[in-house]
Amino acid sequence: MRDIFWLIPLVPALSTLILAVFGEKLPKKYISFQACGAVFISFLISLYSFLGLLKISPTEYPVVKNLFTWIHAGNFQANLSFQFDPLTAVMTLVVTAVGFLIHVYSIGYMAEDRSYSRFFTLMNLFTFSMLVLVMASNLVLMFVGWEGVGFCSYMLIGFWFEKHSAANAGKKAFIVNRIGDAGFLIGMLFILVSVGSTEFASINNAIAGGSLSHGLVTLIAILLFVGATGKSAQIPLYVWLPDAMEGPTPVSALIHAATMVTAGVYMVARMNIFYTTSEAAGSIVAIIGAVTAVYAGTMALTQNDIKRVLAYSTISQIGYMFIGCGVGAYAAGIFHLYTHAFFKSLLFLAAGSVMHALSGELDMRKMGGLKKYLPYTYPTFLIGAIAIAGVPFLSGFFSKDAILTSAFAQGQYLVWALGLLGAVLTAFYMFRLIFLTFHGKERIEPEVKKHIHESPPVMTTPLAILAFFSVIAGYIGLPVVLGKNINWFDRFLAPIMHKGHGHEAHLGMGTEWLLIVISVIVALTGIFIAYVFYLKKPSVPHALVKRFPFLYKLLYNKYYVDEAYDYVFVRPTLKGSEFVYDKFDLNIIDGAVNGAASGTGFFGKILSFFQTGFIKDYALVFLLGAIILLGLLIF
Amino acid sequence: MIPTVYFLILSAVLFVIGTVGFLIKKDLITQFMCVEVMLNAANLAFIAFARSTSSLTGQIIVFFIITVAAAEAAVGLAIILLVYRQKKSIKTEDSSLMKG
Repeated sequence: MRDIFWLIPLVPALSTLILAVFGEKLPKKYISFQACGAVFISFLISLYSFLGLLKISPTEYPVVKNLFTWIHAGNFQANLSFQFDPLTAVMTLVVTAVGFLIHVYSIGYMAEDRSYSRFFTLMNLFTFSMLVLVMASNLVLMFVGWEGVGFCSYMLIGFWFEKHSAANAGKKAFIVNRIGDAGFLIGMLFILVSVGSTEFASINNAIAGGSLSHGLVTLIAILLFVGATGKSAQIPLYVWLPDAMEGPTPVSALIHAATMVTAGVYMVARMNIFYTTSEAAGSIVAIIGAVTAVYAGTMALTQNDIKRVLAYSTISQIGYMFIGCGVGAYAAGIFHLYTHAFFKSLLFLAAGSVMHALSGELDMRKMGGLKKYLPYTYPTFLIGAIAIAGVPFLSGFFSKDAILTSAFAQGQYLVWALGLLGAVLTAFYMFRLIFLTFHGKERIEPEVKKHIHESPPVMTTPLAILAFFSVIAGYIGLPVVLGKNINWFDRFLAPIMHKGHGHEAHLGMGTEWLLIVISVIVALTGIFIAYVFYLKKPSVPHALVKRFPFLYKLLYNKYYVDEAYDYVFVRPTLKGSEFVYDKFDLNIIDGAVNGAASGTGFFGKILSFFQTGFIKDYALVFLLGAIILLGLLIF
Repeated sequence: MIPTVYFLILSAVLFVIGTVGFLIKKDLITQFMCVEVMLNAANLAFIAFARSTSSLTGQIIVFFIITVAAAEAAVGLAIILLVYRQKKSIKTEDSSLMKG
């Protein structure tokens, strides 16, 4: 395994190159074969490397493969080097496995699209960038992957760029991400200045050795977390993710649910020593995560666009992952990342299948009763919803419970309570989605109803596989109450997670069981409320809206945050730019450029006196010049 | 043995003839030939010094000059031919587009 794991990102890279150059001329069948095949090969290598990793002892982590020195300037050196350790193994497996299934699904979903090859080129490029991000052994190379996925996200959100809203959503995502990236970049520079290297191993050694002051560690941790809030759509930089749903649904599933948006969580887990060393930074991460989990959950309550509900749900679930990382339970955070990748991409793909059936309809008010038309999509969607809602025995339950238990064990009761509230909301809006879409009476438009059909097997098979994993994925991380060493996932990741200097928190068996029972009750309550509201007594929601019109409007308009950002940031920027353009650009910059040009012209006019156009004049001047030079040499 | 200075005088005379010819003649072919005369004047000076100092350097340079002159003849004549096609004349004063 020592030798081949660095091939994982290179296979999709090669495929991207081929598709980018020849894609337009290749037949669709071949394009899909190559694009999916490349990701599948990556998956196989990841699996092989993962099995190899299990064989070696944890003291040998991480296995590093240095390909070559990429940048060398003065004391600064950045290598093109990849590493493989448990965290990387989990990430590469998730990225390639889920990525492969989504690639396959896309064959069906994008079959009619004109830009078929462009789509698969970008999807492969994305896979490559994401793999570079998770496999890089230093921050600089990680940043390359970080920006690479951002670029692919931009390109794929704006994939249907003829649509104005899609092009704008792409720009919004890119610009909001830039703000976060600035934080990441500054944090990286601080690390570079204080540690002298961006290799993860050196950073860990430097901090473990205590060579950085506590304040500096906190500062760097917060700056890096700013980067994470941008990429992972947390408060205050979450605004781009709901709009990103303008992209094709497989893109939403792959980039904006399963992989790219969790890059921030990965980064925090990778740099876990910062957040363990600085408890303040850890608390900030946990609190931002908890607040986001609830806040995004409330916004999902009133949305009618099926994909937007899922988008807010993604933001909320990533909030949970940050709770896990913030309270020091990095393994639990990554565990939720891993289970979430399955059920959330399943939900998105199933939503895509619903859209496919309804000729692109997204509005849940125009659905209902789809259960009997979509015999494969419905059960898979239901499994995804049950998994995310936190019903016992499915994957989402184990991971969410692990996070909440850790938060409770660390004494972060507020975070724990917010997490529970978020869990009610999650269960409620997911089942609102299910009931509005698949149950109740049909509200489908007659024109659409004529074409209603279940998706082809190439789309439903990935759904079935993802549904399978949504059910069983949690069983590698069972709660501790069931046995002392039962949580394999925790043990697997433990060697690379740093223990805080705080106490190792242990809860009594009774407390643990109590917590589990509470979260089960909470999930079932959410589902029950949704059942009452949307199946039993559909009049209740309307009555509530009438009763609290202000609250409803606030939620429906997403707390007016987009508008506020527009007023506070976007418009002043535009106004300022206009002012600068008018005064500074037109007068000073253009003045300088035009002045330089006219000055040159003026001197040219003077000098052109000598330019008579007659060869003999030139020859004469030349001769005189030669004589003068000769004279100078001699005398 | 003939003293070196004689060669140099001949070389200088040839060079002046070439220069003056270049300056006063009007058609390109003659001017071109004058340039060749100047080149050969330089050749002569090189050879003369090579002989007086018994070094090979001068002779080698002469070979280079002959090569350059051959190349120049090829390119120069081609240019003159094209100028003629354009202007129907090879008088220098007819080609004055570069006047500033």
